[in-house]
Amino acid sequence: MALAMVNVTASVLNWVSSYFDAPTRAVVFGVPIDGHLVVEALLVVVILFQLTRKSYKPPKKPLTEKEIDELCDDWVPEPLTPQITEDMTYEPPTLESAAGPHAIVNGKEVVNFASANYLGLVGNEKITDSCVGALEKYGVGSCGPRGFYGTIDVHLDCEQKIAKFLGTPDSILYSYGISTIFSVIPAFCKKGDIIVADEGVHWAVQNGLYLSRSTVVYFKHNDMKSLENKLEEVTRRSKHPEKVRRYIVVEAIYQNSGQIAPLDEIVRLKEKYRFRIILDESHSFGVLGNSGRGLADHCGVPIEKIDIITAGMGNALATDGGFCTGSVRVVDHQRLSSSGYVFSASLPPYLASAAIAAVDYLEENPSVLSKLRTNIATLFNELSDVPGLVLASHILSPIVFLKLKKSTGTGKTDIDLLDSIAKQALEEDSVLIATTKRSSLDKCKLPIGLRLFVSASHSESDLLKAAASLKRVAALLIS
Amino acid sequence: MVRLPYLTALTTLLSYGILFVFGHLRDFFRKIFDWSKSNNLQGYAPICLGYEDFYTRRLYLRIQDCFGRPISSAPDSWFDVVERYSNDNNKTLHRTEKTTKCLNLGSYNYLGFAAADEYCTPRVIESLKQYSVSTCSTRVDGGTTKLHTELEELVARFVGKPAAVLFGMGYVTNSAIIPALIGKGGLIISDSLNHNSIVNGARGSGATVRVFQHNNAPHLEEVLREQIAHGQPRTHRPWKKIIVIIEGIYSMEGELCKLPEIIAVCKKYKVYTYLDEAHSIGAVGQTGRGVCELLGVDTADIDIMMGTFTKSFGSCGGYIAASKEIIQHLKRTCPAHLYATSMSPPAVQQVISAMKVILGEDGTNRGAKKLAQIRENSNFFRSELQKMGFEVLGDNDSPIMPIMLYNPAKIPAFSRECLHQNVAIVTVAFPATPLLLARARICISAAHSREDLIKALEVISKVGDLVGIKYFPVEPVKPNKVEHLKKIE
Repeated sequence: MALAMVNVTASVLNWVSSYFDAPTRAVVFGVPIDGHLVVEALLVVVILFQLTRKSYKPPKKPLTEKEIDELCDDWVPEPLTPQITEDMTYEPPTLESAAGPHAIVNGKEVVNFASANYLGLVGNEKITDSCVGALEKYGVGSCGPRGFYGTIDVHLDCEQKIAKFLGTPDSILYSYGISTIFSVIPAFCKKGDIIVADEGVHWAVQNGLYLSRSTVVYFKHNDMKSLENKLEEVTRRSKHPEKVRRYIVVEAIYQNSGQIAPLDEIVRLKEKYRFRIILDESHSFGVLGNSGRGLADHCGVPIEKIDIITAGMGNALATDGGFCTGSVRVVDHQRLSSSGYVFSASLPPYLASAAIAAVDYLEENPSVLSKLRTNIATLFNELSDVPGLVLASHILSPIVFLKLKKSTGTGKTDIDLLDSIAKQALEEDSVLIATTKRSSLDKCKLPIGLRLFVSASHSESDLLKAAASLKRVAALLIS
Repeated sequence: MVRLPYLTALTTLLSYGILFVFGHLRDFFRKIFDWSKSNNLQGYAPICLGYEDFYTRRLYLRIQDCFGRPISSAPDSWFDVVERYSNDNNKTLHRTEKTTKCLNLGSYNYLGFAAADEYCTPRVIESLKQYSVSTCSTRVDGGTTKLHTELEELVARFVGKPAAVLFGMGYVTNSAIIPALIGKGGLIISDSLNHNSIVNGARGSGATVRVFQHNNAPHLEEVLREQIAHGQPRTHRPWKKIIVIIEGIYSMEGELCKLPEIIAVCKKYKVYTYLDEAHSIGAVGQTGRGVCELLGVDTADIDIMMGTFTKSFGSCGGYIAASKEIIQHLKRTCPAHLYATSMSPPAVQQVISAMKVILGEDGTNRGAKKLAQIRENSNFFRSELQKMGFEVLGDNDSPIMPIMLYNPAKIPAFSRECLHQNVAIVTVAFPATPLLLARARICISAAHSREDLIKALEVISKVGDLVGIKYFPVEPVKPNKVEHLKKIE
């Protein structure tokens, strides 16, 4: 059987090779055609045939108009906002007078601890006079962005005044407190840069960090060891240190906890690892330091070492708006690339003149700072033994922060308990206190609590009254 | 629509090309000269690397004196512009004490409330004395005064919605509201020429963003159909919700949006609409209630209406008007309401008084007169400019008039020449507009009298001839046609 196969194969091969080696059978156009040329020609024809055929792709079937119509009809959107339940409607107390240390709420006079009026400038005569002058000269609004005839000479005067007060070359004004920090951060940090930020920063800083699209690393709240570890980790992993900008973002006095950042330690770390600092001094400008110049004055750090300082003026300076200061390069860069500065109307001129008057007042009366410090110390003392609440802020911070000793179970019940404490304190003892409110968009995980904003114009009796009221109400409501 | 003549496009591209070449040359020489000087950055990366700020350094700084001109009086129809000089070729500018009185064609002062007003200013000063400059507190803590609640009710009544909420700044209103309404899994479709605050708010929300062609309702329908049918990218799950964001008057084009067509498309596909009336509230419409009144759209069809008080009311701040549920939800979640200082009480009083004047509730008809004046002024000015041969954008009744300049050299020429003749004009270039389409933007106000407008037209015509921007000259009537008619008779 095998032999027969071999024979058949041999004879077939002989037959094929005879054709291959056949002498020239034909001469076409002077070219002798050997047998193998025919086979090669057939091969070329087969290859060309395969190449010209379409390759197999699964057919693409785009949706027909009718199918799209059906899908559009079937689609049901979610409601724009979730259902509002009864307990979600919260009406804040309505003031009927200026937000000074004593205010009128619902016809009654209350002691006001909910306004960040640290130097007691609300209702100050000189500031009111300068505002009246500005209103009569310039009207209320400035009717234009800074680039298009919205720059009024009071803005330029205010910028120079603040720069001279702090000792920096130049400063730039923004028209709203929280828009300052979330415009400054994206102006300097772009995609690919590295930012190391404290995990307790408030929402505006978080929004700025998100909009900047840089890599953000958080370190534990006010923990210098954690900061050093993160800086070490980030520097080790970074590939091109000359091309990547690196920043540390901290607040001087944290709004969410009342802690103060240790600036000398941070400056030491920044110089070791070559980072730049962005410092938000909204609650410490006009409060810390011997002359109110902020955290750098308080810690004895020369102001040139801090690269970018921002602050909102809605706290100690009792006006509105914000500013940012630093070297000439830092300030000039913002005039064209900071979106909150370029694309928004400028600060109303009467607020700028109020800021100038407030800084003047602070320069002439530095004694108001020591009054503020004694008030904070008195309140701290009185509140150290409130049943159920514990003090969580720094002794020098004008935001006195009380948090619950033991949580009642869920976050919601905690908020309800604190709200009822504040409500009872207002209704029964006429003391207006604020609880921390967190937006659902806020990523900060620090505990909530009660916040008292101490002012230099609070009298001793006000402070004692507030402490007594809190002790009484807390004893009633916290079992 | 912009009709760009071919020759102009060519010369503009050539001009920009020359500027870029010179800029790069100067950068090259700067690098060589700085090689020898020591680098004092010591291991820090520079604030701007490489060509990130090329446009600022080499193009913008040359014409820096046309922007950011300081003024020393109220931004009324005539104001004082402070003169500046420079010792180092426009790199730094210094103020002088001298001022020039100029006609103001640049400020957003549509109804003339910018300067001290006889009804508004006494009330503002009174509220200043009662409530002081600022409340130093957020709205939810202790910053809500009676004025704030009064203004919220008044705004809701004026705009025609059930409820409203106030914010201290218009830019923050957009940036902080959009993240509160929509998040990951949602879709935002915005007009291609929307303002930077809307773009920032959309980016900050985490939702997917798509763009539709400016004012093009059929293209919007096409984008909507495609997006609903395909769902979220890569997972193809259905979208949670879709919001379409449009503006009432676009500030760089002066055009009104095609509201009825766009609202019809949105209702058909069950998407939510967000209308930003920053420039149109108070300035257009029979009684000043904005584009809805002008174009005949029912306010109940638009889900959220946003506006600012800076332009027509001469104050600062913004508002959102919507149904009661949406406003209550926003008051609980919006970060700008929970964390930001509340609006300054004198500014609130200014808006209350201005709205009362516009509604006629102050007992006079000044409001109606102002509205009629601005409409008349805008239409007169626009038709005269078009007769002169300028290329003017924008619709009738809109108080914003951009005049196309195109060439980069004409921007400073036009601006400086007009300032010499005591007319203050705003010129806009890249990056607020596309690179080739630089323009001068005029904002008409109800405070401009007929003589002011005629003087402005004379100056603009003279300077326009000098600079060469009358791109579409109107043909004069041919005399032989008249003769032909006479012969037939």
